[in-house]
Amino acid sequence: MSTEITVTVNGTEHTASVEPRLLLAHFLRDVLNLTGTHVGCDTSQCGACTVHLNGEAVKSCTVFAVQANGSEVTTVEGLADGESYSHVQQGFWDEHGLQCGFCTPGMIMTAEALLKQNPNPSEEEIRAGIAGNYCRCTGYQNIVNAIGAAAKAGK
Amino acid sequence: MVTSNFDYFAPTSVDEATSLLSRYRGEAKVLAGGHSLIPMMKLRLAEPGVLVDIGQIEGLSYINESSDGVAIGSMTTYREMANSSVIQSNYPLLADASAKVADLQVRNRGTIGGSLAHSDPAGDIPAVILAIGGNVVARTRRSTREINIDRFQVDLLTTSLRDNEIITEIKLPALASGTGTAYSKFHQPASHYAITGVAAVITVSGGTCTDARIAVTGAGDKATRARRTERILKGKELTPAVIRRAASRAAAELEDSLNEDIHASAEYRAHLTQVHAGYAIDQAVAAAG
Repeated sequence: MSTEITVTVNGTEHTASVEPRLLLAHFLRDVLNLTGTHVGCDTSQCGACTVHLNGEAVKSCTVFAVQANGSEVTTVEGLADGESYSHVQQGFWDEHGLQCGFCTPGMIMTAEALLKQNPNPSEEEIRAGIAGNYCRCTGYQNIVNAIGAAAKAGK
Repeated sequence: MVTSNFDYFAPTSVDEATSLLSRYRGEAKVLAGGHSLIPMMKLRLAEPGVLVDIGQIEGLSYINESSDGVAIGSMTTYREMANSSVIQSNYPLLADASAKVADLQVRNRGTIGGSLAHSDPAGDIPAVILAIGGNVVARTRRSTREINIDRFQVDLLTTSLRDNEIITEIKLPALASGTGTAYSKFHQPASHYAITGVAAVITVSGGTCTDARIAVTGAGDKATRARRTERILKGKELTPAVIRRAASRAAAELEDSLNEDIHASAEYRAHLTQVHAGYAIDQAVAAAG
């Protein structure tokens, strides 16, 4: 049984016929070719697949695409305005908030959501905010610095 | 990972959802926030033939305060409970526990109704609701019933909910004046699941405990009242010695069902339960003023 869904992704409406078991992460990557969203652990823990669903950060490996029917999704591809990066993206660039970069899209999407809820987080609040995003390279220090820099730039 | 195939329904009313559950009774599972069910389906620990997604039903997400207490819609998320001033002021332990579930992304999706229906042995919410007391409102196509939370958790991942019922609401009683609450948890650092968590709701009058409900999660096969601890507290002056003695019995009910896994042995879990019972009781008593 296939189900027709309409999802607005980064401002563009897409209609597709999908198997109900298709995960939102694979809908974005394999149907829409938006491969910025990464699948890391595939067990709802690492956060690499984080996107925004109706403005809230979610792990897209733990949402079926059919659940997003009628919703708005933002992926990492939807953050920059032309050549101009979002504050969080610029923060990761300036503070070198990555090494291999695999966790970065999810880390950025979570940071965007965190700063929307709490525009001026303490270091402790940043660390708690990204508790659902794993980085296996950096030890997190530059990621925390990057989010702090983005908060400052957003003031 | 790919789940088994299933037929998917997204009803827009509770009536439509309960009709689907009746029609596909035994085959269907209810999909709420999905943060327990979908991981289980990906691991093929669950292979339902039909999913009834209740996420499109309007009006199941609310927090309503009245003179009797607070009614919480079953699709209310952890994030909504953590941020709710009504929950923060009436049941501080529920706001605190909700803020400590997993991580920001999971708290945006996971729901109070889903947590109770799934009844994870290490879930935070079942123990907190058990300590507060109250009723789970369950609807079928034809009827509505209220299940006392003390009779709701039956066994590992098992509740008294029938397979044609949907939780629509959780009714929490107003707490007596002089009641303090606390939730103290020792979490697994990667998953944030409770290795042990103790929820305490304690009423104090003139330094004496007049009522106490203590519930433990993570240590056993389901959220469980620590009744021996409650009995030691009730009617006593809450001296440090009484609290210590009460906390030392917090794992007594769990003796036959203590979990043992790579994170903690049964003995260690029992010990942690006693320690966190002490913390939770101390904090609840302090909050009772």
